[in-house]
Amino acid sequence: MSRLDQHIPIVGEQAVDELRLLGRQLQGKLMRHISSMAVGGGAAEILHRMVPYFRELGIDARWDVIKGNSDFYAVTRKLHAALQGQPQTLTERDFTVYRDTLAQNGADLDLSGDLILTHDPQPAGLIMHKNKTAARWVWDGLLDLSAPQNEAWDFFRPLLEQYDAAIFPCPTFAPPISMRQILVAPSIDPLSERNRDLTAEQVHDVLNDFELNLEKPAVTQVARFDPSKDAAGVIDAYRLAKKRVDCQLWLVGGDPEEDPEGNSGLAAVREKAENDPDIHIFELSSTDHAAVNALQRASTLVLQKSIKEGFGLTVTEALWKGKPVIASALGGIPLQITHNESGILTHSVEGTAYWIRQLLQEPLYAKRLGENGRQRVLDNFLLTRHLRDYLLVFLSTLHPQDILRA
Amino acid sequence: MSVAEHPQPFRFVTHLTLTELTGRRAHDLLELLRHLKTVPLSVIYYHTHHFLERRRGLAPSPPNDFAFWISHTLQEGTLGERLAAIDTIQFTRLENLREAIVSTIETYLASAKSLRPAPEGSDFFFMNSRSILLPTSYEAATLEEFAHALKKVSVHSIYHHVFEARLRMERGNDFAKWLAGLGEKDLAWQITLMDPYTQTLESLRRRILRLVERRLFEINHVPA
Repeated sequence: MSRLDQHIPIVGEQAVDELRLLGRQLQGKLMRHISSMAVGGGAAEILHRMVPYFRELGIDARWDVIKGNSDFYAVTRKLHAALQGQPQTLTERDFTVYRDTLAQNGADLDLSGDLILTHDPQPAGLIMHKNKTAARWVWDGLLDLSAPQNEAWDFFRPLLEQYDAAIFPCPTFAPPISMRQILVAPSIDPLSERNRDLTAEQVHDVLNDFELNLEKPAVTQVARFDPSKDAAGVIDAYRLAKKRVDCQLWLVGGDPEEDPEGNSGLAAVREKAENDPDIHIFELSSTDHAAVNALQRASTLVLQKSIKEGFGLTVTEALWKGKPVIASALGGIPLQITHNESGILTHSVEGTAYWIRQLLQEPLYAKRLGENGRQRVLDNFLLTRHLRDYLLVFLSTLHPQDILRA
Repeated sequence: MSVAEHPQPFRFVTHLTLTELTGRRAHDLLELLRHLKTVPLSVIYYHTHHFLERRRGLAPSPPNDFAFWISHTLQEGTLGERLAAIDTIQFTRLENLREAIVSTIETYLASAKSLRPAPEGSDFFFMNSRSILLPTSYEAATLEEFAHALKKVSVHSIYHHVFEARLRMERGNDFAKWLAGLGEKDLAWQITLMDPYTQTLESLRRRILRLVERRLFEINHVPA
């Protein structure tokens, strides 16, 4: 069975037929993706999944990775943070390092093709080579550019505006500029280790491995131990709720040895947990997808109480597993959850605690939220929809009219 | 597309959409109104139609984005209700639909005592969609074949021939036009009279099919 056909039992034959119809319009066209990393990071994860599907559809999809030294990556880390509004000091030297590195990459890379998609800010400056190729150029960023730091934006905006289009994951992330801006939400792969169906035995085995039981309902947050994910707020909400409804808390985060920066808040979380036997803290490797999958499936409720959030794919994962989700109303989360319909949106520790109590005591209502959430993901946030949107972006860059007869 | 005068077969087309931002946003009712007067008509079309392809059950909320934002974000329930009640089917041109929305808001503003801004992070984002039309493998030369294909095509195809053809492309309901060309003027008229906005696309498919099948029964069983 082809890769695409494996999705038919989930999304139906029509959705896969649509992809093939679109693919036929783009047979043999060259789609070149350029990112900064071959592994790790959202873009690399997306491309690892997507490129084989594009090829199965008859598109000549290629993926190149830019090269840079440690200086370059230090600059792009600062640029990435500053574009999302975090205070950073960017110097003229930093901008020169960025420009010189991408000038060299532009000379080294083959930029022929019909569509060039650069992912994230690191390779965005390759646009300076636009006149060397007949390809259309699209920038794809999962960043929140709604309130960038001024000097970073003054540098980045002229680069961005040279693109034929830019892709954003949700409307609130887009900057107020007049270039063509396309909305393409990220997705999860329902067949991946992280999201595929598991049997009750498989879930049970993972619980046994971690010496967990479900005598008390499990309230879970899956997020690295980064202050922006507010594990401290999650513990506060759990404690408030536990005064009325007994439960346990699972905090599923990353391994600080593997990602020290991303999990810098772990010590503070452990301190705050104060040896509460009902708080379980998991430090999982970024490749331990099967364990995360099982823990999400074994949970009674899933939280995402972030203070700052991107699209929030861990929310998508939990919704897909039919879990009732209580999440902060920020970033891409309101796009996924309609309050009281496909989940619960909250704004505070107290609100989160209130809804934990409500959902633990009203399991039928919680179940309905979970079912609606899964349907929402099925309709909007699975890999097949994401593939379709990329194909539509490709077609629409070749044919700019509002209504295109393919 | 596809529709031609009888005896040309009806070729079912499906459509896929790509959503785009226009870079425009509104923080309150006055800003919304200012943009409404000048945005391209495709933006008006998007915000009054995109929900149709998404809903599965009957929409529990106002059936267009302007009404929804005004009711739920600005908490102007009366105006939201009036906008939701605009009978889109009466318009054959988007410009007229725009005028109806603008005039409803202006009438409300003329007597409004104070206006609430949207809470932070809840601005209205004006969006647009590009429509990519793709041929399907379904076509019909007779009423029987039409009924058969109508059962099989995706709801996106039904959406295109009923909504997009009529208001975005301003050429009328494709099904009704083809059926009239086939000599089925009564059937065409019954389909034209339907209100497709207050039902799901699957319900719409069932209702059209019921009419077509009833007509087929008449043809096959009632002596001429």
